[in-house]
Amino acid sequence: MTVAAASGDAALAFIEIGAVALVLAFLARVASRLGITAIPFFLLAGLAVGEGGVAPLDISADFIALVAEIGVLLLLLTLGLEYTADELRHGLRTGLVPGAVDAVTNFTPGFVVGLVLGWEVPAAVLLGGATWVSSSGIVAKVLSDLDRLGNRETPTILNLLVIEDLAMAVFLPLAAALATGRDAAATATTVAIALAAVLVILAVAMRFGDRLSALLEPGTDEALLLAVFGLTLLVAGLAQQLEVSAAIGAFVVGLALSGPVQHRAGALTGPLRDLFAAVFFLFFGFQIRPGDLVGALVPALVLLALGGAGKVVTGRMAAARAGVARPGQWRAGTTLVARGEFSVVIAALGATLVDADDLAAVAAAFVLLTALVGPIAAKRAGTVRASAVP
Amino acid sequence: MPEIEETKLPGVGVRHEFTTAAGERVAVLTHRSGRREIAIYDRRDPDACHTVLHLDSDDTRSLTELLGGSQVSEVIGAVQQQVEGIAIDWITLTSGGSTIADGQLRTRTGASVVAVLRDGATIAAPGPEVQLLAGDVVVAVGTPEGLDQLRALLAP
Repeated sequence: MTVAAASGDAALAFIEIGAVALVLAFLARVASRLGITAIPFFLLAGLAVGEGGVAPLDISADFIALVAEIGVLLLLLTLGLEYTADELRHGLRTGLVPGAVDAVTNFTPGFVVGLVLGWEVPAAVLLGGATWVSSSGIVAKVLSDLDRLGNRETPTILNLLVIEDLAMAVFLPLAAALATGRDAAATATTVAIALAAVLVILAVAMRFGDRLSALLEPGTDEALLLAVFGLTLLVAGLAQQLEVSAAIGAFVVGLALSGPVQHRAGALTGPLRDLFAAVFFLFFGFQIRPGDLVGALVPALVLLALGGAGKVVTGRMAAARAGVARPGQWRAGTTLVARGEFSVVIAALGATLVDADDLAAVAAAFVLLTALVGPIAAKRAGTVRASAVP
Repeated sequence: MPEIEETKLPGVGVRHEFTTAAGERVAVLTHRSGRREIAIYDRRDPDACHTVLHLDSDDTRSLTELLGGSQVSEVIGAVQQQVEGIAIDWITLTSGGSTIADGQLRTRTGASVVAVLRDGATIAAPGPEVQLLAGDVVVAVGTPEGLDQLRALLAP
């Protein structure tokens, strides 16, 4: 980028970036009015400004790509920051069975559909990952918008999200290794290195997390923001060097921070994340050809049916285990249907694969559908009275 | 007093609930941000809430005042929820006479006296000049070790 040298280019870039940001702001408001997340709208906006879209941009794709990458890192950092070590431990103790059911019923649809579409195994695995994880962002928003945080099924829902979060700590590097591996032997090696590296990073994070947090604690907000941002990029870069995927590095930084620093860092990086992540979703949509998205509609609808049913089964089972009655079980199941940020992050890992275009299109269409249908289904499930459910 | 049940809500905060004498189930949800919600459960569907009241920290204080709770317990509640590794202790003094400053309590133990309860009255956030008397109950916040040291000083 030589923005400073060529002021004419810079002016054009500013105008384009400004216009796009304003469009995103408008979309975010519309989404909030509708009670859903803005992610699907951002994907569609990306589609519109991408190649073959209605208003292609001139800004250098390299620049957007880098900002988008930082967006992923910040997304994962804040996901790691979301839960305290205590909550993770508690989630592990109580949520293993529902977590396993969740993994099986929701990974399988994506994986199988990927294979049926004739994709390579790594691409199918990534699609499985994309259908597996619910969007903790959308779920949290739905629960709070519908005033369901007090409900009896809510802790089970939140615990499932914690388990998925932890599962991602293992799945992401594995999937990234699979996506980069060439032949079987090379893949096995990268997977092994990735797993070992994750365990080491996690152990170090857990062991020295307290000390790191204490070290960061005293400074000003400005210093803390810069320190967390720097640390996230640094660790992510090192993880990438080890071929572990930068995302997991950022995630682990979030996990390692604890205590008051955790909450402060969460509050400080939140706005930064919103900005960069919006670019990431935009960029993801940007790379999809509109034609591919239309072709992806049928697989995405099949996945909506299968993955939706999988989440309903999981949620109902988990809620039933907690002694929640049928209406609450339905509420739990439908709330989990929405997929979002994590699914897009997982699909983006496959950018270098042969089936990357199809994978991105199917994942985007699937996220679009579930993010729209999920909150609506969750809302409808709440109107069902105890007497109306058999 | 009815039994209060505590449920942790990962990523959100903590929920306390109890059943009123009239049989209504009530929950107080404390967000990490300090925001609170009061939820009243539905009689027909006991898993769901039919009314939810949203309170920011000012609202919470007003409601606490109206319900007759003291400011101290509000402060303590906030401290207990926000800080890990910090404990609260109530220490009954066996002898008195010195002020909080004289005793150099914070310097020596790291624990802070947040309130003094005397003859049913509360001195909230006492200054260093407050004189401690035998029979006072000192409410202190600190690390468990600091509180042990403080107890050894105040009630040997």
